[in-house]
Amino acid sequence: MSTERNYDEQLTVKFTYPMPYRWSVGEHGSVFFNEIKKNRRFVGVRCPSCGMVYVPPRRVCGPCFRELDEIVPLTDEGTIVAFSTVNYPFLDPATGVQRPIPYTYGYIRLDGADNIFSHIINETDVSKIQVGMKVKAVFREPEQMQGNIQDIKHFDIIG
Amino acid sequence: MSRPVGIVGTGQTDHKSHRPDVNGREMIREAVTRALEDAELSIKDIDAIVIGNMDHFESINYVDTWSVEGSGGVMKPIMKITTGGTTGATVALAAYYHVASGLFDRVLAIGWEKNSESDTTAAIITCSDPIWDRFSYSGAIPSLATEATAYMKQYGATQEDAALIAVRDRNNALNNPHAHLQRPITVDDVMNSPMLAYPIKLLDVCPRTDGACAVVFAADGVAQKLTKQPAWVKAGSVRHTFTWFGDSTDYDRGLVSLQRASAEAYKHAGITKPAEEIDVAELYLPYTYAGLKWIEDLGFCGKGEGAKFVREGNTDMNGKIPVNPSGGVISTNCIGATALLRVAEAAIQVMGKGGDRQVDGAKTALATGFGGCFWSDVVILGAQKP
Repeated sequence: MSTERNYDEQLTVKFTYPMPYRWSVGEHGSVFFNEIKKNRRFVGVRCPSCGMVYVPPRRVCGPCFRELDEIVPLTDEGTIVAFSTVNYPFLDPATGVQRPIPYTYGYIRLDGADNIFSHIINETDVSKIQVGMKVKAVFREPEQMQGNIQDIKHFDIIG
Repeated sequence: MSRPVGIVGTGQTDHKSHRPDVNGREMIREAVTRALEDAELSIKDIDAIVIGNMDHFESINYVDTWSVEGSGGVMKPIMKITTGGTTGATVALAAYYHVASGLFDRVLAIGWEKNSESDTTAAIITCSDPIWDRFSYSGAIPSLATEATAYMKQYGATQEDAALIAVRDRNNALNNPHAHLQRPITVDDVMNSPMLAYPIKLLDVCPRTDGACAVVFAADGVAQKLTKQPAWVKAGSVRHTFTWFGDSTDYDRGLVSLQRASAEAYKHAGITKPAEEIDVAELYLPYTYAGLKWIEDLGFCGKGEGAKFVREGNTDMNGKIPVNPSGGVISTNCIGATALLRVAEAAIQVMGKGGDRQVDGAKTALATGFGGCFWSDVVILGAQKP
């Protein structure tokens, strides 16, 4: 017996199905989303050792390895530290479909915070965006809020 | 105390964008076979194996066991290490630790990736925090682009400055028979390529590659019997940071993880003037702007001087400190293997096996790994046993 070897085709096997997950937001993170819903503002958390104010709030300061519990109210404004406008298509693992492009990915230092918060800036013309510009959060309407990061729709440039 | 360790052999695949002719295990075996041939060893001589790749890229979780027929790890001590972009360098360091500890004499380090098997950006996004970062994060390119915009603002570097890095690395790749992209390019080509995420254009950034790399580490006393010129590990340093993007980026201070990792490695290797004392560098530069900025963090030149240092030819093949004779990451990027390729190429230089890409008389070589949200590994190799 012999077998034909020259089929001239390299096969691949495809997998295209969603795999659901359910992630715990945690105590301080839940406060963050509830504060957005009730007071339309951000909150951070201050480390008693180094004094850093982190957004989003978390239970531990990484460098100090200390438990954090001092929730600090902030506003809904900040400053652009860095940004990039995304023009290329890619699959969004959060939705399973292609993410709408172009959009502007922004690193924002919220007023009163020491670290950087990443989110979307509502401007895709790079000539109109500069490091150092002030931005203000635009939130969903309260009845549409779901207690997740998309309760913040984006940040508008205000100057 | 730890004992000296030398690299005695390296192997890599001939890298391509798509290897439908092999599955992952078969591709791994190609690199392992070449490394064993280079070290004149058989798989029976290998005491332990460390392997790594990117989580979620091929949707294989237990790569250590899944891969054994390719790695040669059947019924051997084998473990998987994965640290994002740095995976290959961390794998190398773990293999080094294995041998330096005195527990194993000959250890194989393997890095591999079949980028063609998934959407690379989607797979990378799964590294970001699903509650906070995943919604806005768009993979490696825009997060690097944010660093570029901050750097350009800070020091006035231009897109043309960055293009010089792509031109240098892509042209170096012509001397490397294993490199993935083997077409020479010009500054105009880079400037005219499509804008992916401002200010990064198509030719400013690394490709997606299918490939694997394997490196054999051997103990003092064993290494000298296997090769007349081992590439001795003079220092290895690891500085890893957060997985939340806003916590790991400090644009005022630069790439802090690389500053700290390199400072520690230089100290261990007795290096005080890196640009003078290091003969060749294989740097994990996933995009062009890194080739300007990160050489400042490595201390090759001062803050804001990266573009000038490159423009003056200091990093060219005949310059003060040639960078990426292999063509670097911009020419070949099989991600889990990418940082191990830096170590392997640095070893090739010290062992004098570089062929057309050899830097004459290279005695001390630097290799780096870069990961995800700005963490770093550094490895220094030398011709003299430490």
